[in-house]
Amino acid sequence: MSEELLKVLKAAGLDILSCMHCGTCTGSCPSGRHTGLNTRRIIRDARKNRATVLSDDALWLCTTCYTCQERCPRGIPITDAILELRRLAVREGFMLPEHRLVSKMVLECGHAVPLDEETKKKREELGLDPIPETVQKYPEALEGLKILLKTCKFDELVAEK
Amino acid sequence: MEKLSLFLGCIVPNRYPGIEKATKLCLQKLEVDASDLPGASCCPAPGVFKSFDKATWLALASRNIVLSEKMERDILTVCNGCYGSLADANIELKKDPEMKARTNTCLKEIGMEFKGTTEVRHIIEFLYKEFGPEKLKGFITTPLDLRVALHYGCHLIKPSKERNLGETEAPEFFDELVEATGAKSVDYTDKMMCCGAGGGVRSGHAAESLEMLEHKLACIRNAKVDCIVNACPFCHLQFDKGQLAVNEKFGTDYSIPVLHYSQLLGLALGFSPDELGIEQNAVQNIEFLAKIYEISAGLKSTTQC
Ligand code: SF4
Ligand code: SF4
Repeated sequence: MSEELLKVLKAAGLDILSCMHCGTCTGSCPSGRHTGLNTRRIIRDARKNRATVLSDDALWLCTTCYTCQERCPRGIPITDAILELRRLAVREGFMLPEHRLVSKMVLECGHAVPLDEETKKKREELGLDPIPETVQKYPEALEGLKILLKTCKFDELVAEK
Repeated sequence: MEKLSLFLGCIVPNRYPGIEKATKLCLQKLEVDASDLPGASCCPAPGVFKSFDKATWLALASRNIVLSEKMERDILTVCNGCYGSLADANIELKKDPEMKARTNTCLKEIGMEFKGTTEVRHIIEFLYKEFGPEKLKGFITTPLDLRVALHYGCHLIKPSKERNLGETEAPEFFDELVEATGAKSVDYTDKMMCCGAGGGVRSGHAAESLEMLEHKLACIRNAKVDCIVNACPFCHLQFDKGQLAVNEKFGTDYSIPVLHYSQLLGLALGFSPDELGIEQNAVQNIEFLAKIYEISAGLKSTTQC
């Protein structure tokens, strides 16, 4: 696995080798100020091919705000690399239960946040159709979406292993 | 393309329909040709689905784009997250023929094909480029005497190399649109900081997400504003519902009203707070509601700004 890490990042056009450990990323991180996320450490671990970076819960504390990526003096696509590391982690089975749940929502109803009764009432108060013009209103569209998700094997990917 | 389709995403239609209503009212008033986009799904949320599987992220995003391609309309989003997903997927698919071919193999299963004939717009970027603050001022009937803490949110402007909206440390275009309504965009500490919701953090690490939010709220409170204005329903949800959760967790008493820009603009275009769903927020600040009802009824002079 460890060998693969850098290769996969590189293949995705994400070169992190030029990092000079300046710490700008960590210093800019809105999450790291409050949480255990140390952006530079993630880049360093990935650079050293440490497979443990994939099981590191800190990967999931990044809000994908892109501040580090914008500021990195070496132009390293840090946030994009974190996203790639997350995808590798998911393939290894590392996924938070809450994220499996969000995925299930999309698999079932095409929305990460589906309509609820309270909002239907709010929609009516506003003079809007209680059911919005989305996939929730069109069973054939939802069917199509489900086929598409199956084609991508998304159901298998997010199923509890 | 002059014609647009309004992409709703998840949180607008399913949690904050006031933003949907406000957007439709504003677009009508501004005589923008924007239709519904029937059958659209989750964008899918960039922080989560792009973190899980790229092929799935591209497939779902491109399906939404194709719906608009078929209508020969550009997509208009009112959400930074939807914009992040749809605009980035659109760019990647247009740029990379191999990725496009792979995605089209998936889409073929449901009789669809991504052609790359449409653009993805965000309402703020759209209003700034197609109208601009000066032209927008011409439509304002109810200038707003309000102090606003503006929250740009992240994916409207970043990653900047794909956005063409200028630099990201101290942008001004959105502030100009806020001030076109008569409101004052007040500077505050860490204005450009993330709200703490994105990247699946709000769902996956709720406690940490609220800590980031609390910091942001403290900075905003110091600036003594009437309300927060955003252009993203996920930031909106974090600021609004999250504010109550912050109060519970930290024993604070924040009560800062939260408006999407469509709602702010709606007020300035003469619509009333109840038409715009402003009262449907979780944060119920009676003083603020009274103030905007007064402004909206023309009972408040706004000449001294
Ligand atoms: S900002 Fe860039 S160069 Fe500096 S430590 Fe972070 S990744 Fe390395
Ligand atoms: S993108 Fe992630 S790691 Fe980078 S600054 Fe934002 S939260 Fe931190």
